[in-house]
Amino acid sequence: MKEIVVISGKGGTGKTSLAASFAYLGGKDVVVADCDVDAADMHLLLQPDFADSDDFYSGELAYIHQNECIQCGKCADVCRFDAIPIIKGRYIVDPLSCEGCGYCARVCPTDAITNKDLNVGKWYISNIKTGSIMVHAKLGIGADNSGKLVAKVKSEAKDIADEEQKDFIIVDGSPGVGCPVVSSLSGASFVVLVTEPSVSGLHDLKRVYELVKKFSIKAGCIINKSDINKKVTAEIEEFLKKENIVHIVNLPYDENFTKAMTNGQTIVEYSDNHLKDLITDSWNTIKQNINNK
Amino acid sequence: MKIAIASGKGGTGKTTLSTNLASFLAEEDEVVLTDLDVEEPNSGLFIKADLVHKEDKFKMIPEWKEDECILCGNCQKVCNFHAVIQLGEMIMVFPELCHGCYACSELCPTSSLPMIPKKMGALKHFQKGNLSFIESRLDIGEEQAVPLIAQTIRYVEEHFSKEVIRIFDSPPGTSCPVIEATKDADFIILVTEPTPFGLHDLKLAVETMKELKKDMGVVVNRYGIGNDDVLQYCKEEQIPVLAKIPNSRRIAEIYSQGNLIYKEIPEVSVELENITSHIKSLMEKSLS
Repeated sequence: MKEIVVISGKGGTGKTSLAASFAYLGGKDVVVADCDVDAADMHLLLQPDFADSDDFYSGELAYIHQNECIQCGKCADVCRFDAIPIIKGRYIVDPLSCEGCGYCARVCPTDAITNKDLNVGKWYISNIKTGSIMVHAKLGIGADNSGKLVAKVKSEAKDIADEEQKDFIIVDGSPGVGCPVVSSLSGASFVVLVTEPSVSGLHDLKRVYELVKKFSIKAGCIINKSDINKKVTAEIEEFLKKENIVHIVNLPYDENFTKAMTNGQTIVEYSDNHLKDLITDSWNTIKQNINNK
Repeated sequence: MKIAIASGKGGTGKTTLSTNLASFLAEEDEVVLTDLDVEEPNSGLFIKADLVHKEDKFKMIPEWKEDECILCGNCQKVCNFHAVIQLGEMIMVFPELCHGCYACSELCPTSSLPMIPKKMGALKHFQKGNLSFIESRLDIGEEQAVPLIAQTIRYVEEHFSKEVIRIFDSPPGTSCPVIEATKDADFIILVTEPTPFGLHDLKLAVETMKELKKDMGVVVNRYGIGNDDVLQYCKEEQIPVLAKIPNSRRIAEIYSQGNLIYKEIPEVSVELENITSHIKSLMEKSLS
């Protein structure tokens, strides 16, 4: 079983549309993991049935029992996150600032502070229209620990893929270079970088690739909307060559991406044109690169 | 006046709006634009200004001092993040897991874990005419954006007066970095696109901002593609649509070169003017 992680650094490059297309092309052989838990959109294209769901707990939140509080202020003194302001004469925990370190509870002389487990979201196992299974999640508002929820989604997808002897897991990764992306990348067999030829696309590609290098994972790159700026496209191609990244394909600027999405379809279902062929070839290139390793 | 520009989904035009709006406003007023998308800061690619100040940013982590340590194991016990582990006769610190709460350090009976600074990124301050631009950049391999965002906001608070219009380009999503970037803002502008992904992620962002009890408005980018569901949703939720920036390949091309779009597309200036008058009326309201 091989794990393919699709990431982009920058948002809006077509990462999810392409990951969903590969999932569609792979059909029954592919378990899908939507690890963009902050803004999970894959379900809009793959129509999951939310067959199974579970709450996800991670981290803690301090709670002050006012009856036992003697207003000594030690908790607020030790808190490095300014999470215990005095409101109307009472020490109150601000849930959005509390990091759940538990320091306040440890110094409270009257044991007036307890830590509650924090429900940070929900995760689901669904049957999808490709005839396969998708693991996905919804992160609670303002929740921390998204990296841990990503890890959970991935490990569930892995268990299912092992059990059902599937060939591939396709992971739709998160944007950025922080903890959710780090979680998305760990254990990957191949990384697909989706970028666009804009100054920001190139900038973010370079940053996220620095992270990929730390994991020593083989990578390939898709340049989407490649015809909007030929100069930057050439710069990206040069970068790929220099870093020994597989140049999978250049895709044109094409509003069919949006039209397919508006129809709730992957691009390969929606369009019968050139775009479908290019994406199908890309999927074959990715599979070849994994098998050649 | 603090305005945070945010979006649930990435790539909807947050940075485009931030940089164009800040430059547009700076033609008449003093403006500070701050890029809080510290994982992938992009505003600087569009703002051509002079560097006036640069500083490294640090987070505090514990460092083990072997000599005095009695290996009592208290540090490991009090760390909720498994960032301090006792391994045989050694104490190991994992800086990337540390949240900097100081519990292990201050609760150590022999003071064997003093806190030391560790670099997590850098802040740069640029200036051109009325426009100040602040950018922070997280070092690759650092996983926590929140401490750097908090320090960057503090820098802006300390260096600019409250009367100056402050625009914050926030990170995408709805989790902790976004909360940190938006929780002190007076007004939130949510940027979206009229597609199912855009609508889905806009709803998450609106729920988040409601939770924070924020006043907000929506800017629809790439208006003309997709469908009208986003506009319908804003109407139902009674969220004002401040501007509609047209979908055009020409705009995508100008953006791709790192240029400001309003200078070349007059329709965009008109839309920015609409946003500006909304901001000005909010400022007048807050004064009266």
